[in-house]
Amino acid sequence: MKSKFFKGLALATLISASPLYAADYVIDTKGAHASIEFRISHLGISWLTGRFNTFNGDFSYDAKSPADASINVEVDVASFDSNHAERNKHIRGDEYLNVKEHPTASFKSTSFTPNAEGGGVMKGMLTLYGTTKEVAIDVDKVGEGEDPWGGYRVGFSGTLELKPHEFGMNYKLGPAAETVYMDLNIEGIRK
Amino acid sequence: MVINHKLTNDATSYGWGPVIMHWFIALAVIGLYPLGWYIESLDYYDPAYKTIPVWHKSIGILVAVTLLVRIVWRLFNKPPSPLPQPAALELAAKVAHGLLYILLLITVTSGYLISTADGRAIEFFNLISIPALPVGIENQEDIAGEIHFIVATSLILLAALHAAAALKHHFIDKDSTLKRMLALREEAE
Repeated sequence: MKSKFFKGLALATLISASPLYAADYVIDTKGAHASIEFRISHLGISWLTGRFNTFNGDFSYDAKSPADASINVEVDVASFDSNHAERNKHIRGDEYLNVKEHPTASFKSTSFTPNAEGGGVMKGMLTLYGTTKEVAIDVDKVGEGEDPWGGYRVGFSGTLELKPHEFGMNYKLGPAAETVYMDLNIEGIRK
Repeated sequence: MVINHKLTNDATSYGWGPVIMHWFIALAVIGLYPLGWYIESLDYYDPAYKTIPVWHKSIGILVAVTLLVRIVWRLFNKPPSPLPQPAALELAAKVAHGLLYILLLITVTSGYLISTADGRAIEFFNLISIPALPVGIENQEDIAGEIHFIVATSLILLAALHAAAALKHHFIDKDSTLKRMLALREEAE
């Protein structure tokens, strides 16, 4: 009985220490070293930007086996912030994001295809406005290493091109504004 | 039947000051409520998007100012005493009138708090900027928005009851309640 326990413990230690096993990271939303921003064309003349202030998530990543990387993120849609109260109210309302009916959006990765630079294409299921669809995010690796406070961090940036009407949001923002670009900055602290 | 020439109220009649303020607020409420619904229906691409909300907010500010003048006026220059009617109805009228003032105050205040939630000023007909309060709360625009809608809807319903009661006084009781509010008075000053 005892030896079985130690065998198990030894195996567990081996697995967790194994370089083949991807490390788990929590997205540093606490220190706000991560952001979910959006960019949408204003009349084809300029960019309107804003962000979702509240979200959380974690990911697994190991530079030695990047293809095993995975990520889960949950976004509080009501934290939509375009730096304009009237517009925030309007966009959170039932004509647009309808945050009362659909308070959370989420992304769960299904596969990661790495490239030579440490980035790649992250595919996954995006749930937004109550609709789930597969999307692909172009990811760049920004950096990785020890932080000055005894932790270990890795960071990525990515862009997701989103067509809100494909998720059932049929509002009119004009022909130049059919695509929303989600600019993602994700820094994780190793657990 | 003659027009009352006096500005202020006396024991039996309304002066034209309070009368004008009453009808201005009445017309504004009747106009602003559907305008609010219309604004809700506008999308950003609508040509009216830049003008109609400015009108709604500017007229709302006029209502707020008129309302404050009216309340202060009422404190110093009492309305005429109520015309005789059953005690229960007199009480109901008193409660309804008080409630109309309260709902009006909440409606204009919550409207102001939506537009100024992020510290932005409200443009009064593009003439003056009405500044925001120095402090706000989290999601103020959403909370104030809910209150604005619920209270404005209650206000329009109570105003309809108020109008129906006035018509009842005029056509059924055949008293001068409505005529008084039109600054009309019986012959002979």
